[in-house]
Parts: sequence; structure tokens; C-alpha cells
Amino acid sequence: MSAVIDVRQLSKSFGSVRALDELDLTLEPGEVHGFLGPNGAGKSTTIRVLLGLLRADAGDVSVFGQDPWQKAVGLHNRLAYVPGDVNLWPKITGGEAIDFFASLRGGLDRSRKDELLQRFDLDPTKKTRSYSKGNRQKVALIAALASDVELLVLDEPTSGLDPLMELVFQECIREAKLAGRTVLLSSHILAEVESLCDKVTIIRQGRTVQTGTLAELRHLHRTSVVVVCDGDAASVESLPGVHDIRRDGDRVLFNVDDDALPAAMGRLLPLGIRSLVSTPPTLEELFVHHYGNGAAVGAGGEQS
Amino acid sequence: MTATMTASRAMRHSHRDDGGNLVATGRLTRFALRRDRVRIPVWAVSMAGLIGYFGLVIPIAYPDQAALQTRAAIMKDPAGAMMTGPGYGVENYTLGAMLANELLGMLAAAAALMSIFLVIRHTRAEEETGRTELIRANIVGRHAPLTAALIAVAIANAAVTALLMIALVGNGLEGVDSLAVAAGVGLVGLTFGSVAAVTAQLSEHARTASGMAGAVLGLAYVLRGVGDAQELGGSALSWLSPIGWAQQTRAFVDLRWWPLLLCVSLTVVLLVGAYLLAAGRDVGAGLVPARLGRANATAALVHPAGLTLRMERGSIIGWAVGLFVFAALTGSMGQGIVDSFESQPQFAEMFGALGGGDVLRRTLVTFLGTFAMAVAVYAVISVNRLRREEAEGRTGAVLATNMSRPHWLLSSLAVTALGSTVLLGVTGFGLGAGAGASIGEPSLAWDFTLTALAYLPVVLFFAGLAVLAYGLLRLGGWWVWLLLVGSILIGIYGPLLNLPDAVLDAEPFGLVAQVPGTEVDAVPLLWMSVAAVALFAAGTLAFRKRDLEA
Repeated sequence: MSAVIDVRQLSKSFGSVRALDELDLTLEPGEVHGFLGPNGAGKSTTIRVLLGLLRADAGDVSVFGQDPWQKAVGLHNRLAYVPGDVNLWPKITGGEAIDFFASLRGGLDRSRKDELLQRFDLDPTKKTRSYSKGNRQKVALIAALASDVELLVLDEPTSGLDPLMELVFQECIREAKLAGRTVLLSSHILAEVESLCDKVTIIRQGRTVQTGTLAELRHLHRTSVVVVCDGDAASVESLPGVHDIRRDGDRVLFNVDDDALPAAMGRLLPLGIRSLVSTPPTLEELFVHHYGNGAAVGAGGEQS
Repeated sequence: MTATMTASRAMRHSHRDDGGNLVATGRLTRFALRRDRVRIPVWAVSMAGLIGYFGLVIPIAYPDQAALQTRAAIMKDPAGAMMTGPGYGVENYTLGAMLANELLGMLAAAAALMSIFLVIRHTRAEEETGRTELIRANIVGRHAPLTAALIAVAIANAAVTALLMIALVGNGLEGVDSLAVAAGVGLVGLTFGSVAAVTAQLSEHARTASGMAGAVLGLAYVLRGVGDAQELGGSALSWLSPIGWAQQTRAFVDLRWWPLLLCVSLTVVLLVGAYLLAAGRDVGAGLVPARLGRANATAALVHPAGLTLRMERGSIIGWAVGLFVFAALTGSMGQGIVDSFESQPQFAEMFGALGGGDVLRRTLVTFLGTFAMAVAVYAVISVNRLRREEAEGRTGAVLATNMSRPHWLLSSLAVTALGSTVLLGVTGFGLGAGAGASIGEPSLAWDFTLTALAYLPVVLFFAGLAVLAYGLLRLGGWWVWLLLVGSILIGIYGPLLNLPDAVLDAEPFGLVAQVPGTEVDAVPLLWMSVAAVALFAAGTLAFRKRDLEA
């Protein structure tokens, strides 16, 4: 089956500012794809190009095999969008706003709307003027999730939601995945991406720096180890592939490249391990690795 | 289940794909009309009400033909023509001719303003807040939002036309000629709605887009004003203005329809332009890409007044340029006014209500009063910016620092006062310079700059009312506009309507008027200043005591 979203070498400038610089992004049908990058990396710009709101300067962009700039209306039949910053008309209620969006996509499943209103704990009778940021966000989320579409395009959709609502959101995304929908999830909330996404694309300064499954990305990176030994665990410092070693009371903390892990364990065993915790790298670490300093870029992954 | 879902999608897909760029226009139009369900009727009823009111009052103020002819004499004078219309049918002035000559231009400008506000509100303002993006991400054609806004504005102008028609015919006027006047107003409205459709494509910001369209409207009014002043019945310049076209139907005198076709043609051209501009551009973008600014704030900016000044700078410059041009053009008719007064002394009496000084100075002071009214409108708009600042949460962010409420409010007021002073000075200078050039007396420029500044207390008085309304937020701001528009209407039309002297004297703009070269009457200036300061204080006090909205 052909890709739902296929972006190759996409470039877009605003005046002299180059927002996207030959960016690549591919989503296969049915996958939940995390789209990560620091502020200003070009996530929202990419999404606006995918929606046909911005015109690409160069590169190939296709959504469901079609050019979003030319075929925006037809494509919007098949996708729903939630922006990170939702602004609503002040004098209507939240329920009216949801129905208005629904009417723009040809109707609404009322029981689905009611169910989502309940799950997201949103009062639809209040005027949007009185809504907090989180509640405005819920309006857009409910309108999108209640619609019968194949692709959900979500641009930092949980900004402003509390942790409980974030759990509800994650449930909804899992249900969408079960229903066979494809999801593009741009996010800063790394735990969310880790728990939801099959694949991840990381971009920086308008370029894709890495893309792959979470397992693939982890494979290329490091394990964090916290160990307490009878002997001095800090002696692993001399091994190649061991980084960032530091002491915290009895505990010794370090990061180790995955291929150096056996050697490190071999060094620790004779020292009498009393406790050992090893964790896979969190996406925070991937972020720091890629964005902490410019020199780190270029390490591992499918480079583009 | 998946299969049926897919099938229904496919059906919907094929069904909805056909409309292309205009899909969902109907839905968006209904939504726009719903949002404007109060706004549009208020405009239409107010405009029709003005006609109805004049229809009732003028037969009382001008009971016979002789009285009407004295009024017609004003239309023959360049100054009168400048402010109103071309002056058709002045040989045998009637109620219909009077309304067509003297009110049509004003009503057309009002319909134009309404249309500009409506179009920008539903296009660029929506885009600026990001709501267009939310809408366009649905099954909505590229041109649907613009088209919906234009249909809504066409419906609004149709409503204005219908109600004006009812008001005119209700005054016992000829049906066909009434239709020409009413349709003329509606078509000018539509023309400027189309101007706004173009400016909405140019700027990223709604305020700038309305400002540009408003400047075109101002220019159109001035062009026909100067054109009408040059020659009875209008000259070539009158024909450069859509408002002039509506007036050139010569309704109630010698009706002709074809000038309205010019409005229609220009509308079509502008709309084609707007759609061409809209077709190729990104959502949210203007045609002029945003420039980069400096990384660090200057010392002036970090002061709250400095920040406000930066926000207001563009608007002050825009008003200053517009008022200067209008004032200089008005002043340049000085020689014409002097000539006509010399040949027909009865005009001098009509314009010389203020007493003292020479005829030219007294007449120009009447105009200066009108310009001061415009500056008062600026002052109220400038103060009302505080409402938006608060509603959008920026005031809350500022007051969360160690900035006190009075300090914040007074800093903002300082900018309004500065802007008002600049605008009055520029207007007076323009009027005096124009007049001075026409009669060879350059010193008039400085005389009128100072005279114009005498209006500062009354402008600040209205700013003070707006501050009080801001402090007492729950009351709304409409009553400030009611008082201001009421004062303006009494100031302009009061003498025409033979209102009691007590009412005319209480009108604030007349109260502070000074004639250059005569002794300054400081008492009303002083009282007005005291009132302005008292209003500032009361407004600040009220603002300190109330909850912040957002």
C-alpha cells in the first residue's frame, strides 16, 4: 500500500528565513508517527504545507498520493486537524463550535460527540470566551476525533491539557489506531510519543535528522545505568563507550553505548553489585543528544 | 465496518469534491450572518433612522420654498459643497434634492465603513487569529471564506438599501429616485467592501488592512469634496470617487442611472484582483513579507508608554497623513470661499456664527471643528485599544509584574494624549498652510496650528469618557460612541436643523472653538480640561477596583 504522507526534499522560506530545508517525512497507512523537534524546527510549517495552507517552494509533497496545494478540499475529506493553539469565536458555546466544525466536514455522529464530551469532561454549554486554553484545545480535539477520517494531523494537540486529560487523549489515539487510522503527532511531550508512536521523525532547523522506529533509534544509542557496588564502580570510567559518569552518595550513574554494555557489566560484576537499575534512553536523551549541541548531529540513524 | 466506513467516505469524497474552491461557502456565509445578526441590523436601522429623522425635521426647519432656497445657497458655496455633495437642483431646492445632495455622501461613507469592517472581520481578522486555518483544514474551498464574507457584505448592503428605500418612500418621496439614492448607498458600500477584500490580501494584520481600506475611503471623500467645490454639479475630480458616482445620479432632480454602473464595474475589477491575489498566497501570509526586528529592546520601548507608543505609531502616522491631506485641500479652497463671500454676503452670515475675526478665518474654524471631531474619534479608538489588550490577556501579563494599574493606564493615556496633540497640530497646520498658500498669507499656518490645539481639552474629554467606560467595563463602551456621534451630528447638522441654542451651545466642539486673531476665551477650555482630568481620575479609580477580564 502506498504511503499516506510522502514528503521529499521539502523546502519553504518566509522572506529571507528558511523554515524548511529539504525535509523528508513518510507515513505508512495505519501508523502513529511521532514528529519531534525543538521550537522553530519547522513542525507546524510542515503540517501547514501538508494541509495545503502553505505552498511548498520546492520538493515533492503528497498526501494520499495527491498534491495538497492543488487538492486541499478533496484531501480534507479524509483528514482532521488539531492545531496547538486553538482560537475560537468568542460569542458561541463550545458545543456550537464543535457542531460548526462538524458541519464543515459534512455531519457529525452525535453519540460520538456526547461520548467524547463526557470523556474529556468538557461543558459544551459554556461560551468559548470563558474557556481556558486546555478547554479550547478539547473543542478542536473532540471535533477532530468525532469525525470519520483516515488521517489525523495533530500539531502539539495536548498543549494545555492536564495529565488526566492527556491519558484520555492517549486512549483515543490508541482507539484510532485500532480503527486503522493513520496519525501524525507533532509533540514536545516525549512520554506521549514514546507511549503512542510506532515511528518517529526528528527534525531540526527544517531538516530531518533522524527517522525510524523507536526500537531502531534506541539501538543506536545508550543505556543509562545507576549502580551501587561494594567496590568502586567508578572504575568503569576508563572503558571506551562509557559517558557522563558521576557519583551521587553510594550510587554511581553513567551512560553506556549499547555495544559497550557487556564490557561494562563484566567490569562491574566482580565489584559486588548491590543494586543496579538500567533504563533505555528516554526521548529526552535523544533530544539532548541531537539538539544539545550542533556537533552531535550526524550520529546514527537514517541520515538525510 | 471498516468497509462501510470506507464506502461512505468514498461517496462523500466524490460528492463533495466537485465544488472545488468554493466548497462550504454557503455554510460559512450563514455562520458569518449569524455572528453579525445584531451588527448588520444596527447599521441599517441607524442609517435609515437618520433619513427618517431628517424627513421629519427638515419640513419644520425649512417650512417654505424661500427657506429651502436659503439652504440651497449653501450648496452653491464651495465650502458647503466640499462637505456635502455636488449641488444639483439648487434652483428649485426640494426635500428630496436636499437629502440627495447633503446626506447621500455621508450615508455612502457610512455604508462603506460598515462594509470595510465586515469584510476585514470575516477575512483577515479570522486569518490573523488562526481561525481560518482551523476552518480551511476542513472540507472548505480555498476561496470559500472570502466569498462568504463578500456574500455577507452584499446581504448587509442589500438590507441597508431596503431600509433606506422604506425610509425615503415613507417620507413621501418619489419611489424611483428613492431607489437610486438607496441603491447608490448600497453599491458604494459594496465597492468599498471589495476594496477591503483587496487590502485583506495585502497585509498580515487586520488593523492595517482596515486602515488601508479606510484611507482609500478618506481619499474618495476628499476627491469628490474638492471636485464638488471646484464647480457646481461636480468637476472631473468628483468622477474619480465612487461616492461621487452615487451622487451623480442626480436623484430627485434629473435622474440618471448609469453612474451606478461605474460602481458595479469597479467592484468587479476589485473582486477579480482580490481573488487573483488570494489564489497564490499562503494562509496567514500577507503579500509583504514580515521584516526582522532588533534583538534587544531600546530603552524607550521598555517603558510602558514606549511600548504603547510602538503599538500606536502606525495608526497615528496614518491618521496624521490622512488629516493633513484633507485639511490642506480644504484650506486651499480659502480664496474661493473669500470670493464667493464677497459676491454673496449672505453666506458670510451663515458661516459667521462665531463672531469676530474675518470671514475666512471664521469659516475655516468651522472646518477645524469638524477635523477635531475626527481626532476625537481617534482618541476614543486609541483608548478602546485597552479593551482588546485586556481581553487577549496581555494586560494581565503586564500587571502581573510590579507595574501598578494606574501607572499602566496613565502610560497608555499619555500616548493617546500625545497622539491627539500631534493630530490636532498637523490638521491645524495643514488647514492654515493650505489657506495661507491660496491667499498668500503664510502666517495662517502657525495661527491655525495654535487654534487647533485649543480643541485638545474637548478631545481629551472624550478620551476621558472612554477611560471611564473602560474602568466601568460592564457598562460597555457604546454610550461613549453615542455621546461622541451625537455631538458630531449636532455640531454638523445642528444649525441646519434649527436646534435650540441651548443644545447647540452645549455641544462640546462648539464650546471650545476659538477664532485666530481674536481674544482667547479661556473659560470653556479650562472647564473642559478639568472635566477631562476628572474623568481620567474616575476611570483610573474604577479600573483599580474591578476584576481583570483575562
